[in-house]
Amino acid sequence: MPDSELHRSAKPILAIKGVGKRFSMGDQIVEALRDISLTIRKGEFVCLIGASGCGKSTLLRIIAGFETVTSGTVEMYGTPITGPGPERGMVFQDYALFPWLTVRQNIGFGPRQHGLPKEKLDQIAARYMDMVGLTKFSDYYPSQLSGGMKQRVAIARVLANDCEVLLMDEPFGALDALTREKLQQELLEIWERTKVTVIFVTHSVEEAVVLSDRVVVMTAGPGRIEHDGRIPLARPREVSAIDFNQVRRDITQRLTSHLTNSVTAVV
Amino acid sequence: MTRTTSRLVDVAKTLVVPIVFVLAWHAAVKLTGTRLIPAPREVAVMLWDFTFGGVYDDAFSKTIAVHFWASVKRVYAGFFLAAAVGVPLGLMIGRVKLIRELVDPTLQLLRPVPVTAWLPLSMIFFGLGPNAAIFLVFLGAFYPIVLNTTFGVRSVDGKLFEAATMLGCSGSSLFRQVVLPASLPSIFNGLRLGHGFSWILIVVGEMTGVPEGLGAVIMDGRMLSRADLVISGMIIIGLAGFLSDRVIVAINNRLLAWSPQHRA
Repeated sequence: MPDSELHRSAKPILAIKGVGKRFSMGDQIVEALRDISLTIRKGEFVCLIGASGCGKSTLLRIIAGFETVTSGTVEMYGTPITGPGPERGMVFQDYALFPWLTVRQNIGFGPRQHGLPKEKLDQIAARYMDMVGLTKFSDYYPSQLSGGMKQRVAIARVLANDCEVLLMDEPFGALDALTREKLQQELLEIWERTKVTVIFVTHSVEEAVVLSDRVVVMTAGPGRIEHDGRIPLARPREVSAIDFNQVRRDITQRLTSHLTNSVTAVV
Repeated sequence: MTRTTSRLVDVAKTLVVPIVFVLAWHAAVKLTGTRLIPAPREVAVMLWDFTFGGVYDDAFSKTIAVHFWASVKRVYAGFFLAAAVGVPLGLMIGRVKLIRELVDPTLQLLRPVPVTAWLPLSMIFFGLGPNAAIFLVFLGAFYPIVLNTTFGVRSVDGKLFEAATMLGCSGSSLFRQVVLPASLPSIFNGLRLGHGFSWILIVVGEMTGVPEGLGAVIMDGRMLSRADLVISGMIIIGLAGFLSDRVIVAINNRLLAWSPQHRA
């Protein structure tokens, strides 16, 4: 059974139905999202892609429970999301690690909230430090780590807290190209090993095509879904392959078609 | 260069300016022939007599410990009181909107009043005695502590709160596990500033007619026209302030090892 078939048959983990979001900025009201509907299945790797201002990060923050919706519903396993929770782990672009805690303590932060004994905490931390290859750095503080290492800690921190959905907000955006590629591969390995569901926000088409099962293209003003499609490529994917380029071109077109249309309309 | 020699060079560098200063002081006194300012050697003799006695054998001989201890007690009574009130108050002003709205405007109005201007009132409140001095030290240390603590709490990165709540930390443990450590660098800045002010204000506070204390020694020296005594008092206060600041810096560096930009 091909990969995509497997995912299609998996049960839905997140159901987003008719979600709208309006912010008030000063005395202006900005419509960030309009009528977003999306079902995400367990174990899926979904990329949200779009130009800045299309509401992709807002949508992610709504799923995380950091923002409320103005209309519509967001449910996980049929239960409405009312706030942040350990089952949905956010990985921020600027890491948001606790600078006063070591790598080990940062990773153990979530489990520690459940009052686990110290040996158990160390055991969990050790397991996830090993998963992201930071065992040697267990007693380092975040300020002593490179950007790529910090983001590995951030990923391990939410996985160690048994998150089922990994929410990633342009997580590799601040990294150099080489580190970025390396982390993409590591993330895929972790995803395959843990079967975690990933929702990944990016504005890089290549990143989306390398990583995801499914790409959701969003457009701005107000933010809505322009296109939602599977990536018909087998893994591991090769960025220089002909079919990879085809998919990339197709998605780039969908991203920009909306822009060119509106430009023509204005002209 | 080995580590020891490079360290010796560092020490030598810090001594250049003080040595030049003392030489210039000596030369100036000798050249002008003034009798109002003693030469460095006379101050050194005074310091010796103040510490060990045996030179002048007057009311000040061998009394350094009494005066020093009296001042230290007042400085730390005032400072710890200021920390005990200032840190919790600053945390609450930073964290609780209602308290901020209630307390902050008054604090901002009172703050520009120089602490020394409180001296007459503090003598009315606490009478002639050590309590008036402790009150002044308290006030002087209080403002920097409370303001820096508030600033520290207010400037905690909002993402850290999101990260913590997402990981299952909330309520009072959010306060203990996120707010407190995140604002620790600012709290320490406030403590260090407040501690510096404490040593400044003790002199003013002890001019209120207390018999013992380094500030009292300086006042006595002024009234007896004994500049050697005044300068000795100044040197001891300077050293005491410097050494206790180093203690705070050492604690700071230990607690804030995670934050290289806050290492002093």
